[in-house]
Parts: sequence; structure tokens; C-alpha cells
Amino acid sequence: MSVLAVLEQRGGKWNRTSFEALAAAERIAQALGVPVAAAVFGSAIETLAQEAAGYAVEKVVAADHALLADYTADGYTAALEQIIQSMRPEAVVFPHTYQVRDYGPKLATRFGKVFVSDVVDVKAENSGLLLVRQLFQGKLSADVKAAGQPQFISVQAGAFRAGQPSAAGSAIEPFVVTLEPEQIRGKPEAPFREAQRSVDLSAAEVIVSVGRGIKEKENLAVVEDLAKALGAELAASRPICDNGWLPMERQVGSSGQTVAPKIYFAIGISGAIQHLVGMKGSKTIVAINKDENAPIFESADYGVVGDLFEIVPALAEEIRKTKA
Amino acid sequence: MKIIVSVKQVAARDSALRVNGAGTWLDESDLSYEMNEPDAYALEEALQLKEKLGGEVIAMCAGPARATQTIREALAKGADRAIHIEIAEEGVLDALTTARLLAAAAGPESPDFVLTGLQSDDLGYGQTGVVLAELLGYSHATIVMEVEPQGKMVRVKRELEDGWFQNVVLPLPVVLTIQSGIKKLRYATLMGIKKAKTKEVKTVSARDLGVELAGQAGMERVYLPVRAKQTQILSGDAKQVAHQLVEKLKFEARVL
Repeated sequence: MSVLAVLEQRGGKWNRTSFEALAAAERIAQALGVPVAAAVFGSAIETLAQEAAGYAVEKVVAADHALLADYTADGYTAALEQIIQSMRPEAVVFPHTYQVRDYGPKLATRFGKVFVSDVVDVKAENSGLLLVRQLFQGKLSADVKAAGQPQFISVQAGAFRAGQPSAAGSAIEPFVVTLEPEQIRGKPEAPFREAQRSVDLSAAEVIVSVGRGIKEKENLAVVEDLAKALGAELAASRPICDNGWLPMERQVGSSGQTVAPKIYFAIGISGAIQHLVGMKGSKTIVAINKDENAPIFESADYGVVGDLFEIVPALAEEIRKTKA
Repeated sequence: MKIIVSVKQVAARDSALRVNGAGTWLDESDLSYEMNEPDAYALEEALQLKEKLGGEVIAMCAGPARATQTIREALAKGADRAIHIEIAEEGVLDALTTARLLAAAAGPESPDFVLTGLQSDDLGYGQTGVVLAELLGYSHATIVMEVEPQGKMVRVKRELEDGWFQNVVLPLPVVLTIQSGIKKLRYATLMGIKKAKTKEVKTVSARDLGVELAGQAGMERVYLPVRAKQTQILSGDAKQVAHQLVEKLKFEARVL
């Protein structure tokens, strides 16, 4: 019996949220009174397995197979299915990455289980484990009770603090996966990036970022003026870039840039998690939004509930006064 | 080509959400509803695929009686017919149970493509499409930006994290979960709305489909999030707020 943390790598590089999943697995294992094991899989993963063994885990299960070199849902699902069948863990914990979103639910379905995705906290109660999830893009929370074993859980980026390797030198247990080429239906091509980014928002000291609340492209002038007054870079949440109102390279969030300015103004941005992961490292966050329940206020240092079309121009004027 | 598009009806984006008395779900009494936004993009992609390849688009929706409004919208925009899996029960189903219903309804149609949004705006499990593919034994791809049919195969552009993309070639039948914002959404025309009234909507129940509604991952409690950070909320008229904010940024946070 154990809790299995599934670590994610691509091309020999860790996805850093893997170790947050490991931390979550430790919490769950503690509550259940069982040890934690970690699974690493891919092709030529010896170094990664050794690195994983540096964390406080009972063992590292390493599945090395040529057909696991590139990610495919069929290959990864088959490999983990075999590992889980053999180990019979109480729970399997993943980082909630795009890759896990692609195969985690498929794997859980194979075991007839619900994949409890995007979990932000774990509560141990007498009646069992409660997994905390966000609903409505973070506007509400829910305690979910998963039944049966194993439980399949993915954890949101940033929700659990990754631990440090302890140089414990845990055992590495090679696992032989049986996999044939015809089991894999998808033919992945090499990943690529669209274009060189000409705007590097990660270096900006002050960012004025705008979301759906701006309503129309013509209204962008309001925030552009504030950015000008502050000498700030202009950025946006995804819907604004999807609409073509601002170029994609100005998008902040999980599919855009990650920023950490001294001040981040979130204007008319509700604060969906996909946006928050890209900006929560900012030193000071100011949120202006008409909805007092907008999740952005959870992350903000200063919040203004009100009409951005009144507040933003007043703020630009005030800034100009200060700088004059 | 036969294309099924699975759409969900969710509480409208600007709704004031209130938890019900029992703390188990929302107080639904004065909520308004709309088509889940990512599903609207899946519908658009389905309609464009049909324009390219011919065939038919079937809108599929699991939900209570009120979901007929979302089904009508899909038909008005150009879906040829619809399947409504009517669920009488209050509250919500877990992702696996929902996918079992959808799979039982979609399977007998033997579609070439099943499209759906990458996630729902309400529960946000982001997995219905993937589970559906596994239950149907179809191949799948998630967070799809572009769909390029190639005979019995399809090449899709998937979004990865941090600005990366990847093309994947998959055999049909396939389930694709579509990213929001990839195309411009069409509006229903007056003619479309009129025509929708004459289109076939097949209503089936969970019982008809032979699916047990008792789920496993139940929500024990729904509540407003606990604030993790001490947020200072400034109030007053716009001018006062602007003044206060600049003072705080200068002298308290010392970032200006």
C-alpha cells in the first residue's frame, strides 16, 4: 500500500509542478498512514530516476521504454495502467498539467474511477479524504469525496509547496512495461513555437493587464492611457488576445507569459486560474473589478470594486499628478 | 462525415452565484443559463468541418429540461438534429457518470468525429471528452486549436504549455476537445432560428441508456473560497479611490 506520485518530464526535463504533486502525495500518504512512491517514465530516464530518488520517497518506479520517448495518450496510459495494476496504490497523484489532462482521465476510466482533477487542497477527516476543488473558475470551492481505490487526483500548479531533495538515496525499482507500436494510435510531430516573441513581459517592472471587463476593443484606450502614465507594459488575459484586440505575445497566463513585476494592475480580469498562474509571483497586485466575488480579489493586495471606466481614468490622472 | 458535438448548459458567466441552503450546490432559483463557452467553439468547429466535408452535425446535451434552450441554439446555428439526455435529478453528476451517458447516446450513431469544449465553466473538470473517448474506444486529442481532416485520419494542432504547440495525426473515429477562441463564433440567423423549430430533437433518459446515475465523486459541500491573502479593499468615489491607491502604492507597498 502506498500513494503513488506521477512525475512528469519532457525530453529529459522535469515539469517543475511534478514536485508539487509529490508534496501533495506526501500529505495524502500521511493522512492514510502509508508511504509515498514516485513513478518516472519515458525513454533514457536514468538520470531523472536518480534525481527523483533524492526526494524522501519509499522508492522510485522507473519505466523505461523506447515507445515512451514521445508523449502519447495511448502509450502513457498503458504504461501507468501496468504500474498501478502491479503496485495497487491507495491513490495516484499527478500535477494538473496539459499532458495529464490529456491522459489522466483516460487512465482513471480504465479503472472505473473518477479523475478528481485540479485539486487545490486536501483535508483529512474521520470519514476519509476530502479533496478541495474550485468551481466556476474559482468563484466557489467544493469538498469532493472520492470513493474506492485507487483514487486518481491531479493537483493545481502552485497549490502545494514542493519540497527539497534530502539526498536520501531511495531505491530505484525498474519496471518493465509491455508495449507494442500498434497500441499507439496517435502520431505526434515535434513540438514548436509559433514565432519569436518580440515583447518580453517577464522583464517589465510595472504591468497594466486588461481582461473581459473592458468589453470592446475601442475601450482599450482607457487602459493604454494608464499604462502610459505609469510607463508600464500593457498585457492581457486570454480572451482579449483571442479576440485579436491585443497581440498573443501580450498574453499573461498558463498559455502565455509568466510575469513577476513590482506592480501588476489586473483591470477587468476575473482571475481564472489559467491567468493567476502567470502573474501570482508579482510583488504587489492591484485588482479593479465590478464583481466583488471575482477570484482576482483572492490574489490581490489592493482591490477596488467598481466601474473600471471611472476608476482607471481617475487613477491615470492621479499618477500624472504624482509624477509631475 | 457524421459529427457529434457535445454541449453543456452552464450558469451564465455574469451570474451572481449563491450556494443553496444545504450547501451542496447552487441556489438555481434565479440563475440564467447559457451554452458553455468552450462548447460554443466546438460547435463552430463542427459546423465548419461539415461545410468542408459534408455530412451532418448532431448536437448532444445532457441536462435538465431547461437545456432545450441550449439545444435550440445549437440547431439554430446549423446543427442538423439533436439528442437531449434529459436528467431529472437536481444537482450535478460526476464527470465519469456524465461521460457514460454521453457515450451510451453517441456510440450507436457511429460518428466519425465527436467534438466538445476543453472544459466546462461550472465544474471545470476538463475531462469529459477524454473519458468519452476511452469509453467509446476512440482516439482523442485535447486542447485542439486546428483540425485538418486527412481522409480516414485527422491532423490536429494541440496547444501545450508556455506557448508551445504540437501537431498530432490520429485515426478516425476521434474525440477532440476544442480550445476557446480559435475561430469567430457565428450568430444564429432569423432563418436558422425558424428552421430549428422543425429539426429533430430525440429525448432519452439515463434509464433508456442503461446508465446508473449513482456517482462516486460527490461534492460534500460547496462554499465561498476562504481568502488566503489579506486584500485591502478600497472604497469611495473614483477620485478618492485613485488617491488612496497611489498613496498606498507609494508609502505602504513602496512600489511606485
